[in-house]
Amino acid sequence: MVKHFIPKNLEEALKYLDEHKTTIISGGTDLMVQRRNWAEIPPLFKKDVVYIFNLDELRYITCRNDNLIIGANTRMSDLLVHLDVPELLKEAIYIIASPALRNMATLAGNIGNASPAGDTIPILYAMDAKVKLMSLDGERIINIEDLILGPRRTAINDNELIQEIIIPVKEFTSSSFIKVGGRKADAISKVSFTGAVRVEENIVKELAICFGAVGPTIIRKKSIEAKYQYITLEELKENIDSLVNDYSEFIKPIDDQRSNKEYRKKVALNLLKEFITNL
Amino acid sequence: MNKITIYLNNKEHSFTDIPSKRLLDVLREDFDLIGIKEGCGEGECGACAVLINGRLVNSCLVPLANAHQKEILTIEGLSETKQGKALIDAYSAEGAVQCGFCTPGMLMASHALLKKTPHPTDQEIRIGLSGNLCRCTGYNMIIKAVKRASIEGDGLW
Repeated sequence: MVKHFIPKNLEEALKYLDEHKTTIISGGTDLMVQRRNWAEIPPLFKKDVVYIFNLDELRYITCRNDNLIIGANTRMSDLLVHLDVPELLKEAIYIIASPALRNMATLAGNIGNASPAGDTIPILYAMDAKVKLMSLDGERIINIEDLILGPRRTAINDNELIQEIIIPVKEFTSSSFIKVGGRKADAISKVSFTGAVRVEENIVKELAICFGAVGPTIIRKKSIEAKYQYITLEELKENIDSLVNDYSEFIKPIDDQRSNKEYRKKVALNLLKEFITNL
Repeated sequence: MNKITIYLNNKEHSFTDIPSKRLLDVLREDFDLIGIKEGCGEGECGACAVLINGRLVNSCLVPLANAHQKEILTIEGLSETKQGKALIDAYSAEGAVQCGFCTPGMLMASHALLKKTPHPTDQEIRIGLSGNLCRCTGYNMIIKAVKRASIEGDGLW
C-alpha cells in the first residue's frame, strides 16, 4: 500500500525522503496527468508520495552574489511578475500553459520531470543555471546539463530534494525563445528554439543556442558556440550555413503523436537561421 | 488516509481522505458541488477551475494534499457574491452561454482575471481565459461579457 506524507516543514520532508523511496509532488501539473486514473479514482502512484507544495520555506526569489535564486516551490506566475527575473525566462513562462497552470507549475518541477519538451529547461541551459539539491547529508550544487540525464531521468538521488535554482545574472543584447505547438496556450512543444547573444562593439562576445524536444535532452553544444564567438556580427551572418550545418548532426528528433522527425528537424534549423538573420 | 482541513466557500471542513485524490473528485463526489466539471482531466480545458487562496487553478490537477488548510472558492461560492452575480448577469446579457459546460470554469477564470485587472483590454481577457476551452460560442460573446462585467460591475473588483 502506497503511503502519503504531508510534511509540516522541510525537516520532516527530508527525514521522510531519507527513510522511504518516494515520488515528490509539488504543484502536480505533470505528475497528476502521468499518474491519472479513471474519474473518481485517485491517481495511481507506485511509490510513497511526499507533498511539498505547501512548504512556504521553499518559496522565494532573491538575488545573491550576481545570481538570481529561485526557491523550488516558487510558482511560475510569481516569476512572471518579479522584476529581477530575466526577460528571456519570462518569455518562455508566458507561453507555457495558461494562468491556472502557471499558478501551480514550478521551475523545479519542470526540472525534476525532465521532459525533453519542458519549456523552461532550454532557458536554464542557455543561462548556465545550476540546481541546489538538499538532503539530510547536506547540500550540493550541480549544473543543469549534468542534472538532466535523459527523458524523465535525473541525477537527483532518492533522498534529495531540489531546494533552489541558481541563475547567473547575464546581460544578453538579443535573445529569443520560440515554441512551436498546436495551440498558443496549454500546448506541449513540438520543437522549441532558444537563442541568446551578447554583441559588444560589433563583436559576438557570447552565443548560446538551445533546442528543445528534438533529442532525449535539451541540445546545447558549447563547442559549436565557441567556434562562432569573438567574430564580428557580419562574419557570424556570413557563416550562417556552416553554423546550421554544424548543428544538423546533433538534432535527432523522434516521431510521436505531436509531430514527426523530419518536420521537427527542418523547423529547428529554420528557427536558428531566422534568429541569426534577424540579429 | 490523512487528516485534511479545507475552507470551502467560507466553511471549514475537516475529514480524513487519501491525499492524492483529485480536488475535483472530492468537490464533486463528497461535497456535491457539481457546478465544477471534468472536461479533459489533463489541465487543458479549464472546466474544473476553482480558486485556491485567491489563485485560479485546475482542480483536476490538484492533489487534495495541496488544498490542505487552504481557502477554496468554487462556482457555487462565487455565484453567491456580488462579483459572481455581476459576471452571471453579463454572461446572460451577452449570450455568452450555449451548452454551459465550460461556463463555471469561464466564470472562475473571469473572476480571477478581474481581481488582478479590473479593466482588462480584449487581449488581456483572451490571455486570462486562454486556459479555458469553449466549443460553442466562438469566444467573442464571452470576451464581450467579461468586458461588460468590468464596466457594469465597476468597483466590485
